[in-house]
Amino acid sequence: MDFETIIGLEVHAQMLTDTKIFCGCSTKFGAAPNSHTCPVCLGMPGVLPVLNKKVVEYAMKMALATNCVINKSCEFARKNYFYPDLPKGYQISQYAYPLAEHGYVLLETNGEQRKIGITRIHMEEDAGKLLHDEHNPVSYVDLNRTGVPLIEIVSEPDMRSPEEAADYLKRLHEILVYLEICDGNMEEGSFRCDANVSIRPRGQKEYGTRTELKNMNSFRNVQRALEYEIKRQQYLVENGETVVQETRLWDDAQGVTSSMRSKEEAHDYRYFPDPDLVPIMIDDAWVKKINEELPELPPAKRERFIKDYQIPAYDVGVLTADKALALYYEEVVKLCNKPKVASNWLMGDVMRFLNEDKRSIRECPIKPESLADMIKLIEEGAISGKMAKEVVEDMYKTGKSPQEIIKEKGLVQITDEGELVKAITSIIEANQAQVVEYRGGKEKVFGFFVGQVMKATKGKANPQLVNELLKKMLAG
Amino acid sequence: MELNQLTIHELQEKIKNNSVTATQITESVFSRIDAVEERVHSYIRLMKEDALAAAAKADVDIKKGNIKPLTGIPIALKDIVCTKGITTTCGSRILHNFVPPYNSTVVEKLRSAGAIFIGKANMDEFAMGSSTETSYFGPTRNPWDLERIPGGSSGGSAAAVAADECIASIGSDTGGSIRQPAALCGIVGMKPTYGRVSRFGLIAFASSLDQIGPFTKDVEDCAIMMNIIAGYDPKESTSVNAEVPDYRQFIGRDIKSWKIGIPKEYFIEGVDPEVNAAIKKAIRVIEQSGGQCVEISLPHTQYCVATYYIIAPAEASSNLARYDGVKYGFRAADVRELLEMYKITRMQGFGSEVKRRIMIGTYALSAGYYDAYYKKASQVRALIKHDFDEAFKPCDVILTPTTPTPAFKIGEKTDDPLQMYLSDVFTISTNLAGIPGISVPCGFTSRGLPIGVQFLAGHFEEGKLIQIASAYEKNAKIEKRRPTL
Amino acid sequence: MKISSREVEYVAHLARLEVTEKETEKFTAQLNDILLYIDKLNELDTKGVEPMNHAISVTNAFREDKMLDSIGTENSLTNAPDARGEFFRVPKVID
Repeated sequence: MDFETIIGLEVHAQMLTDTKIFCGCSTKFGAAPNSHTCPVCLGMPGVLPVLNKKVVEYAMKMALATNCVINKSCEFARKNYFYPDLPKGYQISQYAYPLAEHGYVLLETNGEQRKIGITRIHMEEDAGKLLHDEHNPVSYVDLNRTGVPLIEIVSEPDMRSPEEAADYLKRLHEILVYLEICDGNMEEGSFRCDANVSIRPRGQKEYGTRTELKNMNSFRNVQRALEYEIKRQQYLVENGETVVQETRLWDDAQGVTSSMRSKEEAHDYRYFPDPDLVPIMIDDAWVKKINEELPELPPAKRERFIKDYQIPAYDVGVLTADKALALYYEEVVKLCNKPKVASNWLMGDVMRFLNEDKRSIRECPIKPESLADMIKLIEEGAISGKMAKEVVEDMYKTGKSPQEIIKEKGLVQITDEGELVKAITSIIEANQAQVVEYRGGKEKVFGFFVGQVMKATKGKANPQLVNELLKKMLAG
Repeated sequence: MELNQLTIHELQEKIKNNSVTATQITESVFSRIDAVEERVHSYIRLMKEDALAAAAKADVDIKKGNIKPLTGIPIALKDIVCTKGITTTCGSRILHNFVPPYNSTVVEKLRSAGAIFIGKANMDEFAMGSSTETSYFGPTRNPWDLERIPGGSSGGSAAAVAADECIASIGSDTGGSIRQPAALCGIVGMKPTYGRVSRFGLIAFASSLDQIGPFTKDVEDCAIMMNIIAGYDPKESTSVNAEVPDYRQFIGRDIKSWKIGIPKEYFIEGVDPEVNAAIKKAIRVIEQSGGQCVEISLPHTQYCVATYYIIAPAEASSNLARYDGVKYGFRAADVRELLEMYKITRMQGFGSEVKRRIMIGTYALSAGYYDAYYKKASQVRALIKHDFDEAFKPCDVILTPTTPTPAFKIGEKTDDPLQMYLSDVFTISTNLAGIPGISVPCGFTSRGLPIGVQFLAGHFEEGKLIQIASAYEKNAKIEKRRPTL
Repeated sequence: MKISSREVEYVAHLARLEVTEKETEKFTAQLNDILLYIDKLNELDTKGVEPMNHAISVTNAFREDKMLDSIGTENSLTNAPDARGEFFRVPKVID
């Protein structure tokens, strides 16, 4: 049977604020357990939430960047359930009136554009963390994460393959990071994804029964989990069994999804408007202000890079994947005006160094001015490309400017004709046999002479000049 | 007169002219407590040592001439407001050992005004009740008749003032919990406009209805207390950032040419004849004071109790979910599984009235019932609010009985929750509409039980309430009686 | 009957309240009384009436993204019925 896959994603992104959504506690990851806590986020009796304005503004940025309509009025609701990581016995979220709705992002695969709808974006608070004792039947509760601001981005069931789901996720991730409203760290849980997936015979209108997948903490895992789950559902259907609507956990080690039965009891969250929080009214002026603060987003940036710098699409893709990298690149180009050369150095040597050290471009010891200077020195002929390889590595190691390194290492290219003629003359004299071979038509020997000159000048000779002079002098 | 029998403003005079010390006042309050507390049971916890230490400090301030509005004045706090470092139980077993690491805003304000805290007053568990019988720590008795209830839920705060076990006190009012016990104990009690007094640190019962207010021996003291506790608090989202007038300026002003609405729906069958007579008399006093009383209609009055008993329990069911035995308070012993921990802890930690309301509220919000109950009640609430908006167009204030009957006997209504709920019939609409209300003594029954008259005004019109209550108090010349204990 | 004893049991479970058979019986009767009384509301036509969720009409109450002191691990745990090290401890949570 030919099946069509239907995927919808729910993404939770942690907002990059200094403090929690409803209290002044820090949002920093990795603090001592239960230290970033106060009566408000501990859910103590009588305390009250007050909304962090920045969370609203960050959520508005995401809404605008994903073409959503921001509602003029929205409100918080309580989602009631008992769990030890939920100190109030309810999560403050948005329900009937979310911040924004009806958005989309455009995906491009093989030159074909696909529109993935976004149902809604809403704000909510995160829950705490549970640790389970391996030996005793107890669990430990850490409430540092409680109240950390999240936005939930719910997509329409518009994706048709795991690859497309992964593409969509990467696109959301890219936008969030570009907006600087989320650090995008999947391992620390700043960017999390649940997937709803179902299959149906191609041509059928009704959706099949869907399952909800959780616990996938990387793009790759999302794709793998979806692939597994689709196969599992297909197997069930093809064998006359039915897919059960349930939540399934992805097991990374086993590469399978498994039912989360203990949580299967009927969900009855008893949502109602939170009486402790007041409606949020967003007027056009506020939307306009936030819109003006939006940075250039990746699709626009890519278009501009292609147009302005005339570099290949591949280079543009790599350079714009990270906003900081794009910024770095633009600075280098502005200073040296060599877009393709700059791209080559950045994507080649510099990124290789960074990858080896697992560093981001923000932590790059080479300043954009230094890289631009080095490119200029090559263009001026002051150093050779080969020397530059050495220089760039030293720049990375020491953070020094290329001029300093060249000076320290005495890496100045020999461009003095007289000096080179002298060296070539003695090489010709010492290697008469090869001269004869060359003059007899064996042009390969030319390389031998180049090597000899470089050896004699310790690689400092300007290769172009060496070529010219050798040709002239060997010709006799 | 003993010092503990005086009002705030009387004591302030004496403090200012150095005729008494804060220590003397405080000691006089504690000697009264020693004499009567065993019978009245106004308090869950007394803070004698702290109070005497605070009084000694106040006396140093007084000597230096550093006298603040409440310097040296002994105040009782309903055990629903959080006090840093002092156990705050909310009348419940589930919080019997909870020591807040923070003060409620109202406590901060009172403390910086110089108040001396005497103790934490008894209350219905989580403020759910109209009689102070649901307290985990046992009932409070009405100082006027120890066989009877003092009203609730702030029964301890009201009884403490009526029995002169403090000078004034703080209560909270979700459906009448200040005004009803004030009426039944023969004192003044005000429920301010929602958003006027900070709820930060007030343990929530029904967040959209709860409001803190004072119990005092007279209207002037009410104004003094309001001056201190009213005002915007950035720690509360529903706090209103509006100017707070000096409420004392409304004392002694006349009410000539004021229009006073008398809602016909409040003069119904079931109202005690003696209460009815006392209110009729109050209306005459108001008219003699220059007010013009007109019959008005609040057509949705008969729906208030039903509306309230959806909204309040719904919010409560969510507000009380945090009492789960994980972070603070009581946890059942010997529980091995998580679900068991939750269920047994909450079964043993809550009393039956609280459980009943959690059940109603959970049901009203549960899948399939939200629209029929919670949403419907919220819509009717809008209609009730609209009734008041219309009424306050022509009227300055509204006058009603505070309660349909005087204090009933302990145990009389405990087995019939619905009858208990109906005793709040005249006070509930105020909370639903968010408007302020005050109850002022207006006489006694033949048995010597106090009766209260209630004045209601539009949002943030507490000044009008002080003005009419003060005019009424002056002109009614209600006989000064003290409970014989 | 507005509410059956089975529904009462379900609601008690949702609210995490252990109830004995006797209590279920009592709650069922009392809740029925109360819900019957509440039925009064259905006399009113509320079509088109905007539900009133707040007693006053405040909107946009915000705080700035400014750090305030946390109370620290020790103070967070002082009231805990069961704490171990820097954590609250509970019976095992099964995922």
